[in-house]
Amino acid sequence: MKLITAIIKPFKLDDVRKALVDLGIEGMTVTEVKGFGRQKGHTEVYRGAEYEVNFIPKIQIDIVIKDEILDSATSAIVEAAKTDKVGDGKIFVFDVNSAIRIRTGEIDAEAL
Amino acid sequence: MLKKLLFLVIGFSSVTYAMTEPANAAAEDTVYVFNTLLFLIGGFLVMWMAAGFAMLEAGMVRSKSVAMQCTKNISLYAIAGIAFWVLGYNLMYDGVDGGFFGSFTAFSVPDPSADAGDYSAASDWFFQMVFCATTASIVSGTLAERIKLIPFLIFVVLLCGVIYPIQGAWQWGGGFLSEIGFSDFAGSTIVHSTGGWAALMGALILGARAGRYVDGKVTAMPGSSMPLATLGTFILWLGWFGFNGGSQLALGSLEDASSVSKIFMNTNLAAAGGVVTAVILTQILYKKVDLTMCLNGALAGLVSITAEPLMPSPLSAIIIGGIGGVIVVFAVPMLDKLKIDDVVGAIPVHLLAGIWGTLVVPWSNPDTSLITQFIGVISIGLFVSAISAVVWFVLKSTIGIRVSEEAEQVGIDKTELGMEAYPEFTK
Repeated sequence: MKLITAIIKPFKLDDVRKALVDLGIEGMTVTEVKGFGRQKGHTEVYRGAEYEVNFIPKIQIDIVIKDEILDSATSAIVEAAKTDKVGDGKIFVFDVNSAIRIRTGEIDAEAL
Repeated sequence: MLKKLLFLVIGFSSVTYAMTEPANAAAEDTVYVFNTLLFLIGGFLVMWMAAGFAMLEAGMVRSKSVAMQCTKNISLYAIAGIAFWVLGYNLMYDGVDGGFFGSFTAFSVPDPSADAGDYSAASDWFFQMVFCATTASIVSGTLAERIKLIPFLIFVVLLCGVIYPIQGAWQWGGGFLSEIGFSDFAGSTIVHSTGGWAALMGALILGARAGRYVDGKVTAMPGSSMPLATLGTFILWLGWFGFNGGSQLALGSLEDASSVSKIFMNTNLAAAGGVVTAVILTQILYKKVDLTMCLNGALAGLVSITAEPLMPSPLSAIIIGGIGGVIVVFAVPMLDKLKIDDVVGAIPVHLLAGIWGTLVVPWSNPDTSLITQFIGVISIGLFVSAISAVVWFVLKSTIGIRVSEEAEQVGIDKTELGMEAYPEFTK
């Protein structure tokens, strides 16, 4: 099992969700986050005073999947989230030791 | 039967008498009624400007200071009304006779059966009271987010009971400024600059918000709600028709009715001019239109036309208001350079545009001169600034006027009031 953590542009969330659901995944966790990468922040002007926005709003998606669909899942995210402009985000993949569905007690692949 | 006949004869004769009068002159009672109606309608429109200021300020401060700003606005409006009854009105209007102030007495309302004159006395009191309250509202916005509530309200008592009425007596009460030919139709100087000077002195003595000016850099502190600030500006714009239109002080003749209408038109055009110049200038200077500057631009346009809303042509009104908008766009960052922290832009809008509006009166009104206008601006400016500075200093050295830095960091809504404007919102 793998955990995919993807940081994407907020307006791409619906596209990414649809691409992953089409692959057959049955759940995801979405968090509103702020941060910076190579895109850095940007400056705005309010009443004549410039100010820096250091952390840009992004969306973090967490999904746990079976090893077999790792490549298709990551490429689905890349394809759906890509705009070719700086700030499209990143994908991180982690190993997952175990998973348990709380209601039934099913474990690992059956719990996903 | 005889009685009835007599009644008919009298009735008939009075009808013929009435028909011999010129058709276009209104009866005496009608003039009284219309003048009073103008005061009452104008008055409640200006009263509603208190709501405009409250919403504008609520939108322009950060969300941790919104409840305090609302508290200040409802309290100052109430205090202004009481102070103007107890002392203000008679100090401003009763027996000034070319001098410097009226009498130190409370305003007494005549019995309705013996309320003679061109309008009802209480309607005039009400109309003048809401102008006084406007002056206090101006101060509230500048000092937002760091001033303690009680010293602010003590200042409002003195502003509305003493400072505003005395300088108002010089012109509207028939004092020395009116004798030398100064002209300030609805109060660019008497209301708006007076509020502006008091706010400026407060801002200098109180100091800027914590973290606002650090290492020579200005930290922007964006307001909590642009829709509220916009609504507040629209409310003020609406109220200004009462402010300027009502200041015709009469609606009992065709000429008065026409004048009030022309004032409405010029007032609207000046505000429009202020907005349009702010839109254009912020787009050119910052590559993006700044909504808060557009809102200030509308108000600066309104303040600019307030000293003379009747005489200018429509085009002149647009230009006068438009220059008000220019003043805002350049004066807001200039105040930041001077480290004067004016949270809502009241100093550019009310003080600077008020001076501009007063000095430009001779352009459209041939009965005025630049010199007397200048004397009015300077004398009122010096008086209000000096007294305000003394009051702020005394308050600062006795009960203190500023919350602690920690309280400011947490937010004065929580520390001073123990409540939040939006308790269920998370950041």
